[in-house]
Amino acid sequence: MTTAATATGFQAVIGLEVHVELATRTKMFCGCRTDFGGDPNVRTCPVCLGQPGSLPVVNRGAVESAIRLGLALGGEVAPSSQFHRKNYFYPDMPKNYQISQYDVPICSGGVLEVTTSHGTTLVGITRVHMEEDTGKSLHAGTSGRIQGAEYSLVDYNRAGIPLLEVVSEPDIRSAEEAQAYLTELRAIVLALGISDAKLEEGSMRCDANVSVHRPGEPFGARAEVKNMNSVRSLGRAIAYEVDRQVALVQAGGTVVLQTRHWDEDRGATSTLRVKETLEDYRYFPDPDLVAVEPEPAWIEELRAGLPELPAAIRRRLVDAHRLSAEQVATLAGAGLIPVFEEAVAAGSPPVDAVNLLTNDVIALASERGFDPADLALTGAQLAELTGLVTDGTLSTKLAREVLGDVLAGRGTPREVVAERGLEQISDTSELAAICDEVIAAQADAAQKVRDGNRKAVGALVGAVMRATQGRANPRVVNQLLMERLDRC
Amino acid sequence: MADELTTRSALQLRDLVAHGEVSAEEVARAHLERVAATDDQLKAFVTVTDDAALAHARDIDRRRAAEEPVGALAGVPLALKDVLCTKGVRTTCGSRILQTYRPPYDAGVVERLRDADVVVLGKANCDEFAMGSSCENSAFFPTRNPWDLDRVPGGSSGGSVAAVAGFQAPLGVGTDTGGSIRQPAALCGLVGVKPTYGAVSRYGLIAFASSLDQAGPIARSVTDAAHLLAAIAGPDPRDSTSIPKPLPDVLAGLDDGVSGLRIGVVAEFMAEGMSDGVRAMVEASVERLAGLGAEIVEVSLPHAGYGLAAYYLIAPSEASSNLSRYDGVRYGLRVDGATTEAMMAATREAGFGSEVKRRIMIGTYALSAGYYDAYYAQAQRVRTLIARDFAAAFETCDVLVGPTSPTVAFPLGELTADPLAMYANDVYAVPASLAGLPAMSLPVGLGEAGMPVGFQIMAPLLRDDLMLRAARALEAEVGFDAMPRGPNALAGAAI
Amino acid sequence: MSLSSEDVRHVARLARLDLSDEEVEALRPQLSDILAYAEQVGEVATADVPPTAHPYGLRNVYREDVPVDPLPHEEAMSTAPAAEDGRFRVPRIVGPDVTGEDG
Repeated sequence: MTTAATATGFQAVIGLEVHVELATRTKMFCGCRTDFGGDPNVRTCPVCLGQPGSLPVVNRGAVESAIRLGLALGGEVAPSSQFHRKNYFYPDMPKNYQISQYDVPICSGGVLEVTTSHGTTLVGITRVHMEEDTGKSLHAGTSGRIQGAEYSLVDYNRAGIPLLEVVSEPDIRSAEEAQAYLTELRAIVLALGISDAKLEEGSMRCDANVSVHRPGEPFGARAEVKNMNSVRSLGRAIAYEVDRQVALVQAGGTVVLQTRHWDEDRGATSTLRVKETLEDYRYFPDPDLVAVEPEPAWIEELRAGLPELPAAIRRRLVDAHRLSAEQVATLAGAGLIPVFEEAVAAGSPPVDAVNLLTNDVIALASERGFDPADLALTGAQLAELTGLVTDGTLSTKLAREVLGDVLAGRGTPREVVAERGLEQISDTSELAAICDEVIAAQADAAQKVRDGNRKAVGALVGAVMRATQGRANPRVVNQLLMERLDRC
Repeated sequence: MADELTTRSALQLRDLVAHGEVSAEEVARAHLERVAATDDQLKAFVTVTDDAALAHARDIDRRRAAEEPVGALAGVPLALKDVLCTKGVRTTCGSRILQTYRPPYDAGVVERLRDADVVVLGKANCDEFAMGSSCENSAFFPTRNPWDLDRVPGGSSGGSVAAVAGFQAPLGVGTDTGGSIRQPAALCGLVGVKPTYGAVSRYGLIAFASSLDQAGPIARSVTDAAHLLAAIAGPDPRDSTSIPKPLPDVLAGLDDGVSGLRIGVVAEFMAEGMSDGVRAMVEASVERLAGLGAEIVEVSLPHAGYGLAAYYLIAPSEASSNLSRYDGVRYGLRVDGATTEAMMAATREAGFGSEVKRRIMIGTYALSAGYYDAYYAQAQRVRTLIARDFAAAFETCDVLVGPTSPTVAFPLGELTADPLAMYANDVYAVPASLAGLPAMSLPVGLGEAGMPVGFQIMAPLLRDDLMLRAARALEAEVGFDAMPRGPNALAGAAI
Repeated sequence: MSLSSEDVRHVARLARLDLSDEEVEALRPQLSDILAYAEQVGEVATADVPPTAHPYGLRNVYREDVPVDPLPHEEAMSTAPAAEDGRFRVPRIVGPDVTGEDG
């Protein structure tokens, strides 16, 4: 996508700031629930409404989630970190300051391994820090957007929900890498179970800092691009922004430090505001809170309790099951690794399982408009299906059909096969008769085979398959046809 | 009987109620009548909660009659500084911006007072958001000093102090950020205690400067103050800065005297700066302590002189952020504007008084880009140096002493035009505040114009007990008469 | 330390105070004097002295992740200067959304 940039001699430099809304039961600094939806201002208390005199108390669960994510990313947990106040006025922020972390975040450093079609690269993690979410404003008026609204209505249900902000180094060089980074980070967050990480619903949010430069020259001024709510829109927004900046510089213009808004419908970014100087947030340590100094024993306990992470799982799949990196990437991207592992554990040959998943399951899900991982396919069902292929009961083509019925809830693979009479015909005498009919009916094709064009047999095999509604064992058919045509 | 009741100490009232000699309702009525009779002159209360006070008193009487449990100070009336949240009861902070604000919850201190069955008579006036040393910064009216109605009671807890000094209530709760309990107590001839930072919950205490604010007792005697402190102190999990263990028992050794204690006189506090009348009383008090068997040593707090400068950076910086929430969106005053930004700026402009704006401006400036290190960070380092000075002094002394305030109460209006001169009132109070130490003032005599003089005692962290013990011994020796007198004094409590 | 009127106005904008011209001119020398006085903190404290935020060195104060009942909706809204449909109503917001949540 950024080939335009590289072709023009420009290099994109991209860093991502990802906010992860934690799935703790309660808010960052008070006991209000973090549930989604429902009526406005029903999950609030003096603390998250910023009522005079109220005070914050840190949610231990949020600290735990932050440490686990930091460790999963290979970072260091700060022996002592603190909360700062970030001061600015905005009506969805109850205290007109956000409690966040500033010079010493809870976790620093680490790296994320990112695989794209161009290979694997490492993206440095700058920091993971804790902060509180803001409320939500509804803009009344024609557009529903802030511009042109007559007035706004504020709901503080979301105010105070814990967020982790994950900041990457500016190590990303293309839209594709950015997408892979976000996908990988999301997979880690999901593996840790610390957030439902739904970009579409805002429980995971991604801002991109994008600049361009010619290699060897200093980095250009960056634009912070906001409002991408899917992996796809992240890619589109970055590609657009890189092209825009390259075109601007090539035309003799200068990129200025600014915040830009991605408009998914228009497929373009537009200026939200120009940062003439850095905002003056008047950060200072929050005097209502005390230092966070996790005991080493707690950190080690959390480290020991980390689940196997996506990269390790992928490496293991390649090593143990001889899958290709591409196959693993496809499985991972579709969230099908757990089903694959269950199927293999249930006796499925890895190659059959991966083929069914990467070809048929993903295609079927796409036809039905589902996320593949959301299909109710179990590893046991998949293993049963591959077993039916292995023992010759089903052709791979029929296996896909059976899969469709299984996913439609019409029974287990065996039940579907029995119900629909789909067992593969391997009976030589039955198939021999059909082969003879096909040779007679397609004399031209048969003659070509006899003349030595062995590839021409494909048409005849296809005809047999059609005649048996796909139930014939293609290997047996091929053998029977060749016997007949060689003999003559 | 009603006249007599208002002159009684808190403990006497507690005992009278406990023994059934008077009802809690009679006690409450007597004090409410005194408020009604005198508050036109004194202006101690912003809101008098007669009905709630009488209802609470009657409930205490009912429970006593039914032999149900009552609290440790059942039936004792109290004036509550109007910076502590009371559910459904107007809590103004002496500010227009909260003039009609009714909090949806009670402060931790208010819960503790209720547990002790202390009867809250109402919400006492104060400098706006507790910023001031004269109670003249209240948006509503200045409070008067019962010893001379033309003089200030001190601040910021001027209303609570005036109420106790004017015999409207035997007890008051104030808050002290840089002397706001101790200085008015000194100016009105009362005992005022700033406990160890973290000993009393700040939950529901509307913040001025979070790292310094601490609620504490105001009383006419050390013993009454100690009992009130015992009632309100203790851990509160809703306040992250609350010390998660109880204070040492402040009542057990209260009367143990000072014999054998090493008492340090802070040399820097005794240098120039205080009035002759104050100096005479402070020096006399040191001599009395020596006469009681204490060992007197001179100690130095070399960085104490920088305390006021550090305080006037730290407190406004924290305040500028703490007061950002008053924006007309969720509660309090709103002044209309075409846009939210205009509405916020107009609301804050109209809602805050000049001293509050001045401190918001100082704090905003001190925290802003490029100045943080020179101001706020440096002030926090000075804070470290002052805490170290105290720690060193406490290696050789049990408690430290000195003046509370450089002068006796000054006439209304005298310092309002000169902020720095007003701030200088806090010079002896802020070092202990910055170090988080317990510190208190007790009256030791009269100075210029026959006005009371306060004597300050400071103790190590969590040694509020030792501080109160030394104060109790000195109090007994001084025998200060807390009844205001003088040509312009509020008429005595026996009305 | 001497502040210009523009300095004072800039700080007032940060603090969301719609100061009158008279206030700006009154505050200018006052703030200058107070800050000049406060600057003496620079005389003693050196960089090797750690800052103190709290005299009593508490750390690791947490609450468990256990829900507590919220305020009833009516109480949460009881203090609202203006409300509509269970939400706090504010006039048109001009400034770009710093939190990136709109549109």
